[in-house]
Amino acid sequence: MQRRLAFLERGFLTLQKSMKAPIVEMRAITVKFPGVVANDNVSIDVYPGEILALLGENGAGKTTLMNVLYGLYRPDEGEILIRGESASISNPNDAIQLGIGMVHQHFMLIPPFTVAENIVLGIEPVNAGGKLDINKAIHDVEELSNQYGLIVDPKAKVENISVGMQQRVEILKALYRGAEVLILDEPTAVLTPQEVDELSAIMRGLVSQGKSIIFITHKLREVIAVSDRVTVLRQGKCVGTGETKNTTAEELAQMMVGRKVVLSLEKEPAQPGDTVLKVDDLHARGSRNLPALKGVSFDVKAGEIVGIAGIEGNGQSELVECLTGLRKATSGHIYVNGIDVLNNQPRTLIEQGVAHIPEDRQNRGLILDFTVAENFILRNYYRPPFAKGINLDYRKVHAYARELISEFDVRTPSENVLVRSLSGGNQQKVVVARELSGEPKLLIASQPTRGLDVGAIEFVHRRLLAQRDQGKAILLVSLELEEIMSLSDRILVIYEGQIVGEMTADKATEGELGFLMAGGRTKRGLLTEGSEESGQYRRRTQEPLKTSFSHIS
Amino acid sequence: MANTDEELRNPSKPPFRISREQAIELVIPVVAVLLALLIGALLILFIGKSPLVAYGALLKGAFGSKRDIAEMLINVTPLIFTGLSVAFSFKCGLFNIGAEGQFIMGQIVAAWIGFSLTGLPTVIHMPLAFLSGVLAGALWAALPGYLKAKLGVHEVINTIMMNYIALYFSHYLVMGVLKEPGPIPQTPPVQAAARLWRILPGTRLHFGLILALGAVWLIYYLLFKTTLGYEIRAVGINPHAARYGGINVSKDIVIAMSISGALAGAAGAVQALGVQFRFLDLFGFVGYGFDGIAVALLGRNHPFGVLIAATLFGTLARGAITMQSIAKIPKQIIGIIQATIVIIVAADEVLRRFLKSRGAATQALVEAGEVEGDGN
Repeated sequence: MQRRLAFLERGFLTLQKSMKAPIVEMRAITVKFPGVVANDNVSIDVYPGEILALLGENGAGKTTLMNVLYGLYRPDEGEILIRGESASISNPNDAIQLGIGMVHQHFMLIPPFTVAENIVLGIEPVNAGGKLDINKAIHDVEELSNQYGLIVDPKAKVENISVGMQQRVEILKALYRGAEVLILDEPTAVLTPQEVDELSAIMRGLVSQGKSIIFITHKLREVIAVSDRVTVLRQGKCVGTGETKNTTAEELAQMMVGRKVVLSLEKEPAQPGDTVLKVDDLHARGSRNLPALKGVSFDVKAGEIVGIAGIEGNGQSELVECLTGLRKATSGHIYVNGIDVLNNQPRTLIEQGVAHIPEDRQNRGLILDFTVAENFILRNYYRPPFAKGINLDYRKVHAYARELISEFDVRTPSENVLVRSLSGGNQQKVVVARELSGEPKLLIASQPTRGLDVGAIEFVHRRLLAQRDQGKAILLVSLELEEIMSLSDRILVIYEGQIVGEMTADKATEGELGFLMAGGRTKRGLLTEGSEESGQYRRRTQEPLKTSFSHIS
Repeated sequence: MANTDEELRNPSKPPFRISREQAIELVIPVVAVLLALLIGALLILFIGKSPLVAYGALLKGAFGSKRDIAEMLINVTPLIFTGLSVAFSFKCGLFNIGAEGQFIMGQIVAAWIGFSLTGLPTVIHMPLAFLSGVLAGALWAALPGYLKAKLGVHEVINTIMMNYIALYFSHYLVMGVLKEPGPIPQTPPVQAAARLWRILPGTRLHFGLILALGAVWLIYYLLFKTTLGYEIRAVGINPHAARYGGINVSKDIVIAMSISGALAGAAGAVQALGVQFRFLDLFGFVGYGFDGIAVALLGRNHPFGVLIAATLFGTLARGAITMQSIAKIPKQIIGIIQATIVIIVAADEVLRRFLKSRGAATQALVEAGEVEGDGN
């Protein structure tokens, strides 16, 4: 408590010191939804030329507060002042008029339209005949893009550009409408680590030109890295505001979660047992029918976590899909407990004890319009005790659901609620609960903490480690290098459909892994120079053979 | 977090409180019907007639006498089946526009089995003829289902084409091998043993209504109480997640289309065995299959909703005839009313927003009371 007060005090002093008037003031905003107070007497200020991070767990009320500012919700109580004047914002058009722009977590772009067309949509420049003046649009976009250093190709179709690029289009869209205050809702959730770096550079550039940014996030690292000030929300209430440089990740985490959080994981050394999964020279094609896996071989033993590190799109998804029966491999072998299960149906693999936490929980892991209870039985509904002849015994289903809800601490009013209405973290708990409760032999966890907040991440990590300690074999695929490094016992690096390196986790460094992830295996010289610490790993390419070496810089 | 600790600790507390969303779902069809009747009334005024007289005649036509009620229910019966047919396919994420063709196949096959076999007792002949029609509809729908499952050919295209094939195939049969000797293109009459029982003395009301009500319950049970229903709904909402869960999506598509077709075939069978007692050459589509789409839409793809919607459409169709003969108001007005209902329900997002924004304040007050009651 004392620490929190100190933090508040520091924040207060900062405010007093600041001579500039805030551009946005939200005062004592209260928003009530059926059964919840989403924002309870929340106040924030945003000054010109600063990045304010709005930090909080999923469901803390960050997005609600910003939706109020953007005119999507009307507050039940409270006042909004823009440039010192009381403003009534009843729809996004009002907000845009006042110079407020919002980039939503899920982009609002039209894929077959070009970048320029998307940006000018709704306020298109027209020529004398009332026809869209596409050349002026392109010109305007180029100008804007140069001014703020947001490099885009105005003539490219949105469906053909990367997610990071799409985000820039969204930001340009807001700037084109004259935004002075930009609201970015979880902007890094969809980005690769490289794109995150680019985005923070863009954000810095924007504020240096006098724009203000409200940055909604639940990632502590990002708050520390880019924001000037931070406001922390918890359960709809504002629990603190202050300058970022005066606080620490630990302090923020504690305020956000409301209790002490252990940011680093303690784990016992692994006790690997028999080989549970053995993949041998696996080849498969990706969605565009191009080779995605080019001879992948590795194994996972009971009682260990093997992490697969790599940049998105290097074959991770295809590998996981082959291992779970969701994609046909073109050749190779997959042995689970010694049985070749290559190209078996998903159900056969489930029955072999393969559990799967899929990377896309909303599109694959869950049926959002099914209830929590119905989602729990997705992979075993057809077996007793749930199935009784042709019938589904809903009483047993509900009893089972209540058991899992309490065991995995899923926050839901009841098991009869649609999964859609749960927060992201609780949705993931439903998936994790379902997959772990089946007593799997092998657990394939693909991006198990994507989009989750600190509390939920901690929860998932602990569960994975507990599974490992119970002797389960775990294959962890993640784009978060930190996650791979802190959870895994062994780390494999995947690059362009091949495993290009393998090392034990205690010997791995971020530099080394990053180098391999970027395809550094062919430039051997660079590797020796580039890495900072010694590492032991085996080369897994065809020619250089499986030599293990260590190096010291 | 949306919940208090107390709620979390007592998850067994009866959650039977209809949410606002659910209430809106239920209200939309009702509002659609009322609005459509209002628009119909304005139209009737516009052509210089009295809406009261018109709607009075309509109600009299549908409920005025025992016979009227029976005729209305005869209209309702096939609509229940075809409405269920379309709704069931929707539940699996499929759009069976082919109920019309499956209806025709069910009708002609039921008539054929009904007239061609002789000497069977009713307890065998009647169910046999009925189930043959059901099976014919099922097979007629299974083919586009199979093409969808195996080759990914869209079921809308194929079922539309299958409608025409069914129509012309029925011409071919009724003009050829199944034709009764004589000048009229029709099959011989169905044997007495194959005809559906009359269930209301003095009227034409037949056992098909009971079968339809049974189908409503059966489909409800299938969808919401069985493992197959679980699978089919899973595939309908999210086929990717269903596949991940180990469900054989292709198999379920074929099964769902077959059941959908079986229901449409049942509609044809009850018309052949309960109303016409033969198959008469068709000049064009009868429309029960297409009306089934509207019924399913209005009934929110729920079996009980379908029952209510089919009753409404059947009432309107029956009442329209009296309205035209007694009140001298063109029965096309009813067509307009039906179309308006469909449009409003199909464009329900407009209505939903309207309903949500209205009374949001009242709702907030109610909820505020609850929120304060939570033991914080």
